[in-house]
Amino acid sequence: MAEAIDLSRFVTRDRYGAPRISLAVEGVHCAGCIRKVETTVKAIPGVQQARLNFTTRRLTVNWSEGALDPAAVLNRLDALGYRAYPFARPAEEEEARHASWLLRCLGVAGFAAMNVMLLSVSVWSGNVADITPETRDFFHWLSALIALPAAAYAGQPFFQNALKALRARSLNMDVPISLGVVLALAMSVFETARHAEHAYFDSALMLLFFLLAGRYLDHAMRRKTRAAAGNLAALKAEVAHRFDHGKVVAVPAETLAPGDRVLVHAGERVPADGVVVSGRSQVDESLITGETARRAVAAEAQVYCGSLNFDGALVVRVTAAGQNTLMDEVERLLAVAAEVKSRYVRLADRAAQLYAPVVHVTAALTAAGWLIAGAGLHDSIVTAITVLIITCPCALALAVPAVQAVAVGSLFRAGVLVQRGDALERLAEIDTVVFDKTGTLTLPEPRVSNRDEIAPDLLERAARLALASRHPLAIAAAREAMERQPYANSIEEPGQGVRAVIDGVEARLGSAVFCGLDSLSDLAPEGAESCIVFRHGGDCAIIRVCQTLRPDAAAVIAELCARRLDVRILSGDRPEAVGPLAEALGIAGWRGGLKPAEKIAALNGMKAEGRKVLMVGDGINDAPAIAAAHVSLSPISAADLAQSHADAVFLGESLKPVLQCLETAIKARRLMRQNLWLAVLYNAVAVPIAIAGLVTPLIAALAMSGSSILVTVNALRAGRMPKSERRPETEIARSGVIASKEAFS
Amino acid sequence: MSVLVYLVPAALGLGLLGLAAFLWSLKSGQYEDLDGAAVRPLSDDDLP
Repeated sequence: MAEAIDLSRFVTRDRYGAPRISLAVEGVHCAGCIRKVETTVKAIPGVQQARLNFTTRRLTVNWSEGALDPAAVLNRLDALGYRAYPFARPAEEEEARHASWLLRCLGVAGFAAMNVMLLSVSVWSGNVADITPETRDFFHWLSALIALPAAAYAGQPFFQNALKALRARSLNMDVPISLGVVLALAMSVFETARHAEHAYFDSALMLLFFLLAGRYLDHAMRRKTRAAAGNLAALKAEVAHRFDHGKVVAVPAETLAPGDRVLVHAGERVPADGVVVSGRSQVDESLITGETARRAVAAEAQVYCGSLNFDGALVVRVTAAGQNTLMDEVERLLAVAAEVKSRYVRLADRAAQLYAPVVHVTAALTAAGWLIAGAGLHDSIVTAITVLIITCPCALALAVPAVQAVAVGSLFRAGVLVQRGDALERLAEIDTVVFDKTGTLTLPEPRVSNRDEIAPDLLERAARLALASRHPLAIAAAREAMERQPYANSIEEPGQGVRAVIDGVEARLGSAVFCGLDSLSDLAPEGAESCIVFRHGGDCAIIRVCQTLRPDAAAVIAELCARRLDVRILSGDRPEAVGPLAEALGIAGWRGGLKPAEKIAALNGMKAEGRKVLMVGDGINDAPAIAAAHVSLSPISAADLAQSHADAVFLGESLKPVLQCLETAIKARRLMRQNLWLAVLYNAVAVPIAIAGLVTPLIAALAMSGSSILVTVNALRAGRMPKSERRPETEIARSGVIASKEAFS
Repeated sequence: MSVLVYLVPAALGLGLLGLAAFLWSLKSGQYEDLDGAAVRPLSDDDLP
């Protein structure tokens, strides 16, 4: 990125009105990187402040008005070897505010719970010793003074959700929680006024504290995952070359407007939907339609955002996004899919819907029972409320989010970014896996397919020469280079190839004619395969480039089949291209040449058979199917539209994350169920004691914290992975490199 | 029990002090980059 990019759209103002910009930075791994990035950026004249957030890998730069073009920061970082890209995501600021609000509530609840417990323990020990009623009342009133405002503040997350659910005439876990807290506090105040021995201020606050801790951890894990996904999206973002009054300016692709004219070099992706004005070339539309054969385009031809320009430079006039037949169809199908998709009721909410009525009826029956048995009205109601307090779903409400936070965290370390909260629960239910072919089973970009037939040193020379070119075929060849240093004197002949003098002899890499071979008639490429020739003096090699399978695709498919899952392929590519590949993988149920609508129809057919389908896909043509399937995954190289509808995104070249997701999801569901049963078991023991009227605040406190800790410890098991499957956290960063390389290839 | 006259305010005051410190640290952004805080001491900016 030697050219300057116009970044004005990403510049924001801090509260003093000074300009600043947020950049996602890739390649930061250690303390040394932090220091290098910060000191380098601070050294740029005009920069006032530069701070790198190591958790989110974001750099915030402040400067004095007019003293700096932010593109200079990008170029400086680029020279240092760190790729950076501007970042604007208002949704994340909202989430950050929510997280800090939860943390504030947690702090208040923690403070109050500890101080009230200090007073409660004094009362409990005093009750068996010689506390005077006056001192006890004083301690209770003091507890009320702390507990009431603290609960009013720290309980807000639950009260708000409960109200929302009640307004929608439904029940969620927050309804019994809120009811329990409010009743416990009200009863305690009432009892304190009657100089009674027992008050439950500590139980109410401890409940809030435990639940807030669970909720905060769940939220923090999701935020971390989303930040990582956001960074990868920002790093993948394209730079477009726009004509401004006859000059070509580099701008972020998202700032393009209809009517703009852009220049698309060979080897670049088309930055927006548009019509070709001049130039002729071939475009690879595999990311859009799944078709691997290239399409020739010339003036007046329609090109789609995301297609790869293969041969020659094109001038494209941008049309409004989605203003073409393919996008129209995809958008229409997406709207339908979102409507049809039944609202999935989460495990915790299902439990709450069962649980709340049972508990409330039990409490009512307890009051009625004691009244009939001849107890006073006051005693009966107090006993009924202790039943509500002791059943207050502390363990139940922690059972699911605790497992979820741990499971999502362990998947994050394995390179899977879970985007939806209920994805794991849905993933555990599937019985059918549908793969897209291009970019999902195969690698997103073509590779050299005959490397074994070429002498290693010859291939190395060819690959190093290829480093000098941005042609897609050269980039495929360049991947084979061990030494990533291009030859110093390489010259690229547009549309033909590259040449350089190596060891005094000219070497050429490119088309057959360019290399002095007459024709490749006997090497005619089959289907989507392409050939380039390398010639260095007397040595000559033909390098074949084509779409290849992900390295572990066959193993993963075999493993899925071994788990008795029905594996199928639904591809947009021609049947001739899909068939051999399906056969090689041992998949009988495959179909090719499908339009997006036909993919949806196929999915609906499976749904009608009662199947729960996991869709794994990457193209724009897969987006409706991804939205319609029971649950869906996308590789990080997928089109943005597909990725935003997928439940989780996986990084890297391997297909193994699909398997890991499934394993983790099944394990997580087992632990969630276990936890729910633990909670039920706890209630089965505690409720009879409460009904009998034997519960004291001490027992309530012990039971609640005991069950919460039990459930949380059980949830921690979700994070344990077999040692062989552990991968370092840097995987995320490393895959970011892959994603960005591909974006700029 | 006259000892309560100063012990209770002392206990509450200490608790509030802790809460205030937590809220201040939250507001000054100390929980925004926990990973960074863990590795920053390793860099030797402050050395000549």
